[in-house]
Amino acid sequence: MPVISYIDAVTTAIREEMERDSRVFVLGEDVGKKGGVFKATNGLYEQFGEERVIDTPLAESAIAGVGIGAAMYGMRPIAEMQFADFIMPAVNQIISEAAKIRYRSNNDWDCPIVIRAPYGGGVHGALYHSQSVEAIFANQPGLKIVMPSTPYDVKGLLKAAIRDNDPVLFFEHKRAYRLIKGEVPNDDYVLPIGKADVKRQGEDITVITYGLCVHFALQAAEKLASDGISVHVLDLRTVYPLDKEAIIEAAAKTGKVLLITEDTKEGSIISEVSAIIAENCLFDLDAPIMRLAGPDVPAMPYAPTMEKYFMVNPDKVEKAMRELAEY
Amino acid sequence: MTIEQMKMPQLGESVTEGTISKWLVKPGDTVSKYEAIAEVITDKVNAEIPSSFTGVIKELKASEDETLAVGEVICLIEVEGCEPDKARENEPIQSVDKNIGTSQVAAADVTISKARYSPAVLKISQENDIDLEQVKGTGKEGRITRKDLLKLIESGNIPKADARKPASNQVLNPVPDLKKEQLNTMQAKAIQSAVGDIEIPVTGVRKAIAANMQKSKHEAPHAWMMVEVDATNLVRYRESIKQEFKQTEGYNLTYFAFFVKAVAQGLKEFPEINSMWAGDKIIQKKDINISIAVATDTALFVPVIKHADEKTIKGIAREIAELAQKVRTGKIKSDEMQDGTFTVNNTGSFGSIQSMGIINHPQAAILQVESIVKRPVIIDGMIAVRDMVNLCLSLDHRILDGLVCGRFLARVKEIIETTTPQNTTIY
Repeated sequence: MPVISYIDAVTTAIREEMERDSRVFVLGEDVGKKGGVFKATNGLYEQFGEERVIDTPLAESAIAGVGIGAAMYGMRPIAEMQFADFIMPAVNQIISEAAKIRYRSNNDWDCPIVIRAPYGGGVHGALYHSQSVEAIFANQPGLKIVMPSTPYDVKGLLKAAIRDNDPVLFFEHKRAYRLIKGEVPNDDYVLPIGKADVKRQGEDITVITYGLCVHFALQAAEKLASDGISVHVLDLRTVYPLDKEAIIEAAAKTGKVLLITEDTKEGSIISEVSAIIAENCLFDLDAPIMRLAGPDVPAMPYAPTMEKYFMVNPDKVEKAMRELAEY
Repeated sequence: MTIEQMKMPQLGESVTEGTISKWLVKPGDTVSKYEAIAEVITDKVNAEIPSSFTGVIKELKASEDETLAVGEVICLIEVEGCEPDKARENEPIQSVDKNIGTSQVAAADVTISKARYSPAVLKISQENDIDLEQVKGTGKEGRITRKDLLKLIESGNIPKADARKPASNQVLNPVPDLKKEQLNTMQAKAIQSAVGDIEIPVTGVRKAIAANMQKSKHEAPHAWMMVEVDATNLVRYRESIKQEFKQTEGYNLTYFAFFVKAVAQGLKEFPEINSMWAGDKIIQKKDINISIAVATDTALFVPVIKHADEKTIKGIAREIAELAQKVRTGKIKSDEMQDGTFTVNNTGSFGSIQSMGIINHPQAAILQVESIVKRPVIIDGMIAVRDMVNLCLSLDHRILDGLVCGRFLARVKEIIETTTPQNTTIY
C-alpha cells in the first residue's frame, strides 16, 4: 500500500471523484493555474480544464454562494476557502442558505456542496492563518463538519463528503498537510461521515480528540505505555453531528476521560463531548472529565514563544494524561 | 542509598512546637526538595513544611493533629545514594507481588480522602457487594479507583462487609491526643446537624483561634473597665488634614492610628500594663509592640506594630494600612504576628460602642476602641454636642489592678482629648 501525505490524500480524493462524476468541479482562490496555495488542487487544472477547476475573485461569500447555487441545480461543487480564517464573509451563505435549504423547501431542494478549508496553528501563521473555526458551525443542524486526522481518513471521508447529498464542511489541518503521512489504498473507498474511530485500544484512560491532536495523543500514549499506562484514543473524525454512541462507549470503557482540542476551550467541540458524557455516563465515571484546550484568548499569537504557549503539543498532552491516570 | 530524617523546622523565632494539621504525602511517595510534605499549625498561621531532601517517603513518624517539638523527627525520607536503581526496583516489586489479592485488602492505613468515591467505584462496589472501607486505593491521595476494584474482582478476593475484623475499627478511629483535648472540651457532644445545615470543619487558623481564645479566657481572670473620652478635638483635627494626607501619602489617616499612638505613649508611662504573666513572675517588657486585630471573612489575625512608641502617627497609619492589606491578601507572615506586648482592637470600625475583649494571651490587657459617636454632653452647666468614644479595657487581674489601669486609661484619655494641631504632630 503506498504511503502518501495528508495533502496528497486530499488531491487524490478530488481527482478520483472528478474522474468518476462529471458533475464534480472545484472553485476557489488560486485553485486553478497555481494549484492552490498549499498545492491541494495541484494538476487538476491541467487534467480537467478551466471549466471544472475555476479560479475565483477574492470573495469568499461569492465562492460559497456560487457553489451553493450550482449544487442546488444538480452540480457537485468543491469550494475551497484559502484559509479557514477567511470563511467569515461566507458564513451567511453557509448557515442561512446551505444548511437550511432542504428543510426550508420541504425537501424539494438540496445542496450537495463540499467546502474545504485549511485550519489550525503551529505554523507561525498568527491571527489570520491559524484559527480553528469549527465551533462556529457546530450548532447548525443541516451542516456536517468533517475533520480527519490521517491520510487514509482524508481520502475516504472527502469522497464521502463529495457524494453526500447535503453540505459538508471539510476542515484540513494545515500543519498536517506535509507532516502526517500514512498508508492509503489505491482503490476507491469511502468512510462513513458521522462515525468516530478508535485509533488505539487501551484500558486505563480514554482520550477523545480530533485533527492534529490525535497524533499528539498517540505519541503521548506510546510514551505512557512504557510506564504501564494504557491509553484508549478515540478520533472523532466528524465533529458535527457527533458520534454519541462511540463517545459514550469510549468514556464508559475507562471512566477517566481527557478531551483535547486545539481550539479555545469555552464553547468548543469538546464542551459538547463533555456534555454528552455527563448526560450519559455518570455512573461509569471514575474521575472528573478533564479538558485540554487552547486558552480563551482572541487569537493565535505571532511570537513563537506565545504561539507555543497557546498550542496544544505532545508534552502538554502527556502531562494531562499522566495527571488523569494518577487520579 | 541513605535514610534521612526530616525534622520539625523552626517556623518562627519563638515557636517551640508545631502541630501537624495535615500530611500532604504518604509512605512510598516521591518528593523533591522544597516540595511541601505537611501542613503545620503554629501560633496563628498555617505553614507548610518543605522537604529538605529529594527522595521517597519511608515512614511518617507523627500522625495528624500530633504536636511535636522543634527538632523532633517527623518522617524518614529515603534519598538516592550510590546504587539507587537496583535497590529500589527490587523492593517494591517484591512487595507488589505479595500485595496482589491479599494486601490489596488492607484496613490499616485509611486516609481521609478515601471516603470520596467516584460514581464508577460506587456502582461496581454495589454490584459486587464490595466493602469499600477494606479496600486500599492506589489513586491520588489513596483514592480507590475503578481499576482497583476490577483487579480485586479478578483476584476473587472480595472483601465483604460482614467479614470485617472488629480490630480494624480501632485503627479506623485513631485516638485524638494532646491539644485536641482542649478543643474537645468545647465540642458539645450531642450537637447534630439537621438536613440543610452546613458543616464547616474546624481546621487551620480557626482551630488556632479557638485554642488561643479558650486558653486566655480559661487561664487569665478577666476584669473590665471603660472610660468615656471626648474626641471632638481629634475629630476636628483629623477632618482638617485627612484629605491632604491621603493625597500626599496615598493611604488613609485613620482614627485608629491616633489611638495606637496614644496607647503606646500610655504604655511608656505605665510599663506595668506592658507585661506578661510567667507563672512565678511577671515580665515587664521593654519593647512596646502593639498587636492590632485584623479580621477577614473567616478568621482573625493579629499582626504587630513593633516599637510603636518610637513611631510617628504617620508611621503607624502606614503600618496599619500595610499589615491589613497583607492579611486580606493572605500574605501575612508568622514573624509579623509575633512579639506583641499589648493589643488594641478597633471594634468601632464595625459600629460597636461597648465590648469586652478577650486578652491576647500571654499579654496583660487588651484595649477596645469603640465607635466615635455624637452625643449631648454637659460642659460648664451647658449642653454641648461632642464626639464621644468609649475605650474598654480587659485586664488580667493576676497582673494588674484597677488603680494602675485607671491611671493608664486616664492618661490615654487625656492624650486623645488634647489632640490638637498645637499639641500633636502627625509627622
